[in-house]
Amino acid sequence: MDWNQLFFVLIPYISVTLFIAVTIYRSIFRPFTVSSLSSQLLERKKLYWGSVPFHYGIVLILLTHLLALIFPKALLLWNAVPIRLYLLEISGLALGLWALAGVVLLIYRRISVAYIRKVTTPMDIVVLLLTLVSIITGVLTAVGYRFGSTWFTGVFTPYLWSILTLQPRPELVAPLPWLIQLHVLNNFILLAVFPFSRLVHILTWPLHYLFRPWQIVIWVRERRQLAE
Amino acid sequence: MNVRTHMSMIFHLDKCIGCHTCSVACKNIWTDRKGAEYMWWNNVETRPGTGYPTQWENQEEFRGGWERKKNGLNLKLHTRFQGLLKLFYNPSLPDLRDYYEPFTFDYQNLFNSPQKDVQPIAEPVSMITGDPIDIETGPNWDDDLGGSNVYAKNDPNLESLPEEVREQMNELERLVFNYLPRICNHCLNPACVAACPSGAIYKRGEDGVVLVNENSCRAWRMCVAACPYKKVYYNWSTGKSEKCILCFPRMETGQAPACAHSCVGRIRYMGVLLYDADRIPDAADVPDEELIAAHREIILDPHDPEVIAAAKANGIDDGWIESAQNSPAYKFVKEWELALPLHPEFRTMVMMYYIPPLSPIVSIIEKNLFRLDLMNEDYDFELFDRLDAARLPVKYLANLFTAGNEGIMRTVLRKLLSVRIYMRRKTVDGVVDDVALKTLADAGLTEEEAIAIYKMTALPTMEERFVFPPYHREMSIEAGMDPLAHKGEAGLGYIQQPKRGS
Ligand code: HEM
Ligand code: SF4
Repeated sequence: MDWNQLFFVLIPYISVTLFIAVTIYRSIFRPFTVSSLSSQLLERKKLYWGSVPFHYGIVLILLTHLLALIFPKALLLWNAVPIRLYLLEISGLALGLWALAGVVLLIYRRISVAYIRKVTTPMDIVVLLLTLVSIITGVLTAVGYRFGSTWFTGVFTPYLWSILTLQPRPELVAPLPWLIQLHVLNNFILLAVFPFSRLVHILTWPLHYLFRPWQIVIWVRERRQLAE
Repeated sequence: MNVRTHMSMIFHLDKCIGCHTCSVACKNIWTDRKGAEYMWWNNVETRPGTGYPTQWENQEEFRGGWERKKNGLNLKLHTRFQGLLKLFYNPSLPDLRDYYEPFTFDYQNLFNSPQKDVQPIAEPVSMITGDPIDIETGPNWDDDLGGSNVYAKNDPNLESLPEEVREQMNELERLVFNYLPRICNHCLNPACVAACPSGAIYKRGEDGVVLVNENSCRAWRMCVAACPYKKVYYNWSTGKSEKCILCFPRMETGQAPACAHSCVGRIRYMGVLLYDADRIPDAADVPDEELIAAHREIILDPHDPEVIAAAKANGIDDGWIESAQNSPAYKFVKEWELALPLHPEFRTMVMMYYIPPLSPIVSIIEKNLFRLDLMNEDYDFELFDRLDAARLPVKYLANLFTAGNEGIMRTVLRKLLSVRIYMRRKTVDGVVDDVALKTLADAGLTEEEAIAIYKMTALPTMEERFVFPPYHREMSIEAGMDPLAHKGEAGLGYIQQPKRGS
């Protein structure tokens, strides 16, 4: 097996398997451990300047990755007009830099604030460092290999679909520069770490809040009737 | 009519001696854990004061409770959509410093210190970082008006008082305070439940206890900000929210909650209230002046045959109905109309009620001497006709308990005073004269009521103070689980440690 097979077939499959299996196991059998583990109570100023830019940046960028994966044609159509392409690329880069600033501050906060050190697990550091690598390689790719939003659909959309449909085509990624390969590999490692870390909070984003009634009342009696 | 049952607690503030036994009993049972050190599910505040967490009543800062808008009641904290966007950081959340940094003392140093010229000391250390700290504040730092220039003076309830009254309250001859024990109010229209994006907080239908399902809690912590009484706490160690559970495991076995059971002043009463769940939204959405009336309105008479029939139709059994008929809570809240909700203007429809405190007569300065402000002719110490000569301004109490409605507060205080005057004539003078009878009549009480109030206030037995319904928890467990099938199994089965995730 060559490196290509290892990095872009084997590791991705291990990651995806862990991601799916462990996340499901954890949400069903270890629900108490699923939490965003907020530390705002202990320190709020640095959190504000770190968490808000980081989250808005990273969430929007992840969404565009997802859109490119699902609607590649629409993306190409949008990019057909140069001004729209520039607009997309510039906002993407700005969001990336924003997220970068946020994550750097979050790492600094984890290390420098005594209260936060008390509630920092090794996994928190691993997650923050992996995220840092992802963002840096992502931003460098955006700057160095223009224009990502155009070639993504040619390379990554088919590659990721090939993984998801169990017909892996690592040869699509093989000729890419090492920086971009690192970005891909790092993200698969992040995916593997995901279910073991606080990152599970992403999946519990409570969209149902928009639709549920304000008040919730639970009856022992009704449960009794159900059981009967 | 949708009749439901609720466990309710009454706090008779005149009887509270501010000993904090309740707080300590609660802490020893529930919050003596890592991450919970700073939490006081039961705390006792000195009033006037800023309370715990400091300035919790200031909703411009903490944005707790409900607001009336054109489209009805809305959370003051956020709309649903805003709620989802503000998860990463929420500016309305209290900081640990708004409560206090929990501390202990390095007692080991007293034993382990190397020999020195001076005695070793037990240095204060933070219970979070373990580092030495300078203790700057605590959960009851302003006890008995300590530091009143910082605390008592900044009580948010003083804001609408005339400047000269506020000045006077700072002078020695008018100095006054009372205690305010507080637990979660287990509201009918809880803002914490409404604010939880995960839907992890719920109200128990049977007794109204509001609980956090920690398996569903994701540390979005909106409940902490949304509760106007700041009675949901975030455990920084486990990453889950926690709150007073009204000692439901004790109530289910017929015992009073630890705070109430241990109360030295015996100020606390507990009993069932019946209420009409269908009318909650309307009762919470009325102008400030009508809040108390609307609140009383939805509490139902457990002796009314119609209510009993509706209760039975709703599956409420005879034990609960009988318990509601003997409930001291019903007597204080509805029959005698003495007990009032704390800050009804937060519109969460609390189910814990307070009987406001009486206070001594003010003194006045005359020729550089202090003199009690008495009517010279008959040396009447009573304030019945002169409530404004009481040291606690009526407006202040009204801001606490009636959303500023002084009329209701005067009615309640006059009832309490008339019972006092009547009983004094009866037991000290030996004759009940026309003046005493007239006072009672003016306050709107009959002689029987006055005696009943006196007995319930001064002489109640434990069984009269705490009237618990038969919960029949065993039956509800049997319904979900076959006891025979589980016979021979060891205890409670597989329960996971509440361990922090990573
Ligand atoms: C929709 C989505 C999301 C929501 C609602 C959300 C919410 C939160 C919350 C409430 C916290 C705790 C902040 C605090 O300490 O008070 C947090 C922390 C964190 N989130 Fe998210 N998040 C989301 C998406 C993401 C994404 C997409 C990532 C990354 C890939 C991410 C990575 C992190 C990290 C690394 C932390 C820890 C920060 C630290 O305290 O050092 N989150 N998130
Ligand atoms: S135990 Fe009773 S008397 Fe003592 S502070 Fe608490 S409520 Fe007041």
